[in-house]
Amino acid sequence: MTTTTVENPVNEKDSAKPAAPRQVRRGENSRRTSVVSHGILIVASLIALFPVAWLVFLSLGPDKDDYLHPGGIWKKMTLDNYTFVLQETKFFDWLTSTMIVTLGTTLIGVVISATTGYAVSRMRFPGYKKFMWVLLVTQMFPVAVLMVPMYQILSEVQLIDNYLGLILVYCSTTVPYCAWLMKGYFDTIPFEIDEAGRVDGLSPFGTFARLILPLAKPGLAVAAFYSFLTAFGEVAFASTFMLSDTKYTFAVGLQTFVSEHDAQRNLMAATAVLIAIPVSAFFYFVQKNLVTGLTAGGTKG
Amino acid sequence: MTVAIDRATGKPRGERGPRRGLSQRLKHGYQKHWYAYAMIAPVVIVLGVLVLYPLVYGLYLTLTDANSLNSARTIGVNHIDATYKFIGLDNYADILWGDTAYDRFWSHFIWTVFWTAACVTLHYTIGLGLALLLNQKLRGRTLYRLILILPWAVPTFVTVFGWRFMLADGGIINSFLETLHLPTPLWLEDTFWQRFAAIMVNTWCGVPFMMLSLLGGLQSIDSSLYEAAEMDGASRWQQFRYVTLPGLRSVSSTVVLLGIIWTFNQFAIIFLLFGDTAPDAQILVTWAYYLGFGQQPRDFAQSAAYGMLLLAILIVFTSFYRRWLNRNEQQLAI
Repeated sequence: MTTTTVENPVNEKDSAKPAAPRQVRRGENSRRTSVVSHGILIVASLIALFPVAWLVFLSLGPDKDDYLHPGGIWKKMTLDNYTFVLQETKFFDWLTSTMIVTLGTTLIGVVISATTGYAVSRMRFPGYKKFMWVLLVTQMFPVAVLMVPMYQILSEVQLIDNYLGLILVYCSTTVPYCAWLMKGYFDTIPFEIDEAGRVDGLSPFGTFARLILPLAKPGLAVAAFYSFLTAFGEVAFASTFMLSDTKYTFAVGLQTFVSEHDAQRNLMAATAVLIAIPVSAFFYFVQKNLVTGLTAGGTKG
Repeated sequence: MTVAIDRATGKPRGERGPRRGLSQRLKHGYQKHWYAYAMIAPVVIVLGVLVLYPLVYGLYLTLTDANSLNSARTIGVNHIDATYKFIGLDNYADILWGDTAYDRFWSHFIWTVFWTAACVTLHYTIGLGLALLLNQKLRGRTLYRLILILPWAVPTFVTVFGWRFMLADGGIINSFLETLHLPTPLWLEDTFWQRFAAIMVNTWCGVPFMMLSLLGGLQSIDSSLYEAAEMDGASRWQQFRYVTLPGLRSVSSTVVLLGIIWTFNQFAIIFLLFGDTAPDAQILVTWAYYLGFGQQPRDFAQSAAYGMLLLAILIVFTSFYRRWLNRNEQQLAI
């Protein structure tokens, strides 16, 4: 996704409501339409921003029911919630387990799927279509379909409440996902490079390892980001398969602030902010690549 | 394996030219493709062990009456063997046309379909509208873009809690409605408003992805097409209808399919927004989870059967979708 300006005559005119069958000539109304565009975009930005900003604001109120009378927060704003979360709760345990699980998933996902992405991008072997179909179908697996059998299998082999167990579960979705993403990326690397490598006497593996892989680093990075974010945000498996509260990932740990009888909403808000800031920063850093990675084939036009 | 067997079976050979014997073909195929197979082997093994095996095992479980009381389990040092028995297709029959099938399955099914359709429609139209706005020459559009993808950047499980604070009775949304003298619905308790809130939160979360994808699609449309259209005297609407929409076709068909699959399987939002408090606002995925893991005793067999049904629905839908795309000569960008 680039931010470069596209020379697009249609856009110089009224684009606020392009769907409206209006006959506007070039230059006409341009001022009014840009005001309308800005107006819509500002409202949309406020809607996008507000829930997050509100969470940050509430995290500054010291009392757990402050969210009901937010006006009072202005007078007693404090960072106490943050100190408490960092010092008295299991925040750092959760951080450790989240990192182990997400990085483990990312590493396995990318390493295993790299060659596959290359193979399905370059080679047409018998069974190719069926294989691609399988990769697509695994994207459709509802949480519910693997959960019960995985739970039973993992408890048989004593991997419930175990980081490896959760990593393996996540690999069942991220591995095919990464293979898809990387296929898209490898498709954008010219075939001539492969041919040149083959002419020079490299085997297909040699071509892949020496020529294509170094060129594909951005593609590998996109696949890694996606696996990371997928594993980071997963709720269902993490809630069910991790039993001891020191092994919770953030997605589960955050829920522990709200029990049936008590809700420490102030602490929860502070924890949410602590989690969201680094992840969002990371996301902003990579977001340009994310969509391109996912719809590579389509946006090429 | 000999050449004779291939001929003797008289199998239809639909491909061009006389074919060599099976063993030779295998050998040839092996020599020609072995490296492709070697390259996909890691993923095939992972899929076999982590997806196919659990899937088959799950399929078997759906044909039993397994629950947490009769499954194999370990209590302390004692290992208790499984005692569940094979009951054939009873689970499926019970889900689809058992006594209270409407309340348990069909009502959730209808709501899930409505939920998916409503969310994806909202995602797509709002996303397209914002993408069109951002695709203009506009002061500060990079900043707008960065702000507008915020809902996507913050992990869903974090923002849903933000929404819970806002939607709570006495939360900011109801306080605001009250100052306007509007009715203040019980967002997290009343079924209709629970559903409304779920769609609202999911729309908020899902628009940025659509917006960015479609923006990418818009930027790849050749601007000379618009010039040509303008030369021919096409109106703004005609340009949108005959240049923009066709130009977005392959991106659209891909993101809509992804959106449908993701929304249909959307677990986190409903699960975290309501917990166990909203039996009627559960979509099929969260309902299946509730059956298998949210109640005692855990009904593993029924939960797995729901999972299989959900997967079947999605596969059938995707097959038709792809066929429909092929007939319209569109292609999937993934």
